[in-house]
Amino acid sequence: MLDDFLTRAALAGVGVALAAGPLGCFVVWRRMAYFGDATAHAAILGVALALAFNLSIFLGVIAVSLLMAMTVSGLSGRGVALDTLLGVLAHSALAAGLVAVSFLVGVRMDLVAYLFGDILAVSRTDLAVIYGGAALVVGLLAWRWSALLTSTLNADLAGATGINAKREQLFLTLALAITVAVAIKVVGALLIASMLIIPAAAARPLARSPEAMAILAAILAALAALSGLYGSFQFDTPTGPTIVVAASALFVATLLLESLRRVATGRLVWTGHRER
Amino acid sequence: MLQDRRVALLRGTELSVLLGDRTVLSGVDIAVAQGEIVTVIGPNGSGKSTLLRTLLGILAPRRGLVSHKDGLVVGYVPQRLALDPTMPLSVGRFLNLPQRARQADQRAVLDRVGLTGFERRAMTALSGGEFQRVLLARALLVQPDILMLDEPTQGLDQAGAASFYKLIDSVRDETGCGVLMVSHDLHVVMAASDRVVCLSSGHVCCEGTPEFVASAPAYRALFGDGTDGALALYRHHNHANHIHRPHEDCPECSTTS
Repeated sequence: MLDDFLTRAALAGVGVALAAGPLGCFVVWRRMAYFGDATAHAAILGVALALAFNLSIFLGVIAVSLLMAMTVSGLSGRGVALDTLLGVLAHSALAAGLVAVSFLVGVRMDLVAYLFGDILAVSRTDLAVIYGGAALVVGLLAWRWSALLTSTLNADLAGATGINAKREQLFLTLALAITVAVAIKVVGALLIASMLIIPAAAARPLARSPEAMAILAAILAALAALSGLYGSFQFDTPTGPTIVVAASALFVATLLLESLRRVATGRLVWTGHRER
Repeated sequence: MLQDRRVALLRGTELSVLLGDRTVLSGVDIAVAQGEIVTVIGPNGSGKSTLLRTLLGILAPRRGLVSHKDGLVVGYVPQRLALDPTMPLSVGRFLNLPQRARQADQRAVLDRVGLTGFERRAMTALSGGEFQRVLLARALLVQPDILMLDEPTQGLDQAGAASFYKLIDSVRDETGCGVLMVSHDLHVVMAASDRVVCLSSGHVCCEGTPEFVASAPAYRALFGDGTDGALALYRHHNHANHIHRPHEDCPECSTTS
């Protein structure tokens, strides 16, 4: 079954979705969207370094992403204008990565694969890495769930109950670096952040609890991955971007659904008044 | 230091706290006894919240000591909870953070704060007053020996603030817990406290009953004379001890006492 490249691609997409959906909820709740971008863009620098030193791409990406994520979260507590700082870091990491890659002979063709993903070229080993990483991320989130939620609400509230908000932030940072490393092959560095944010945002109108939102985000991300894969096969479009387009379509759909529901309940209230 | 007849639940002795390289508190003494409502007031940046966070153990003092009764259970109400509207959170789920609470207990604390049947309401759909009451309910879930509240009535109008303080007062009367509050709300707070501690640039500038503090020149220098009438607004029944402890750094204080 794994011999078919489409099957492998589908499994890879679902694997990334399982990690990106729930983690993406925290990215959205904590307003870390730009943080996700910076971490993902730094991955290109990781790719360049891995290629230069002939290391595993996965290790290179995870090391540089982790370094970037730690730098950002370390600076975030010190009153630096975070928004500007993230803008600077995100784009300079990407640019530095692109410059670094240009020094390496013969990898320019590969670069597109790392920028936009190359899900159709996913190997069995890649699959093992993706599912291993996703399991790690999901396990980490499940293990820290309550503490993460509490420190997301308020650091002092967490602190007063003996939860170290800084340490919980570190867990999220680690999960983010792992997710970037497993997702780069599927959607590419430029679009990883969208797989974190869009499915979570799409899940929001349908969810009534944080847990439901995390599960729904994973399901919607998987749905986006599968329909994007199908779409790219049908219309002969690049797969990574098609997956993100599919996710955006799901976002618009749940948003419309929510608006319709609001209008409907609004009308119900109104007629209720009239009957009285 | 304090001539308190009751045993202190929580005591901070000679607390000095640095944030970065800025001294935020220097040599602050504070104690809260069982059944006592102590309010810390002071202008912005005087170190009120830092004091509370140090007493909670979130910040470590550079010098001095925080001591408490063995097995002290603290119910904490944070200054503000910037709940992101992207997080779907019901009141019931919020009360379950970080530890799951029994449904009967949840119902009991919501009843207590006057929010019966609010379990399924979304946190983001609550009014300011309801939100603060939910925070209080959560603090009450652990059956605290002491309630610690950081600006609990921020953003409430005066009527809302007064009714919130009445609620705190009746919780104290029922459970006998100690209460330590940080507040801006001079008018209502002055009347709703047994003891007021006034902080000014990181040290205690005057301390005692609301009447005493309100008449202290150091207080008047900080807040002006306009707060006299406030005490009549809601005068709270007196609890035994009044501590008049002028601070040596405050000559005006020393002369009044």
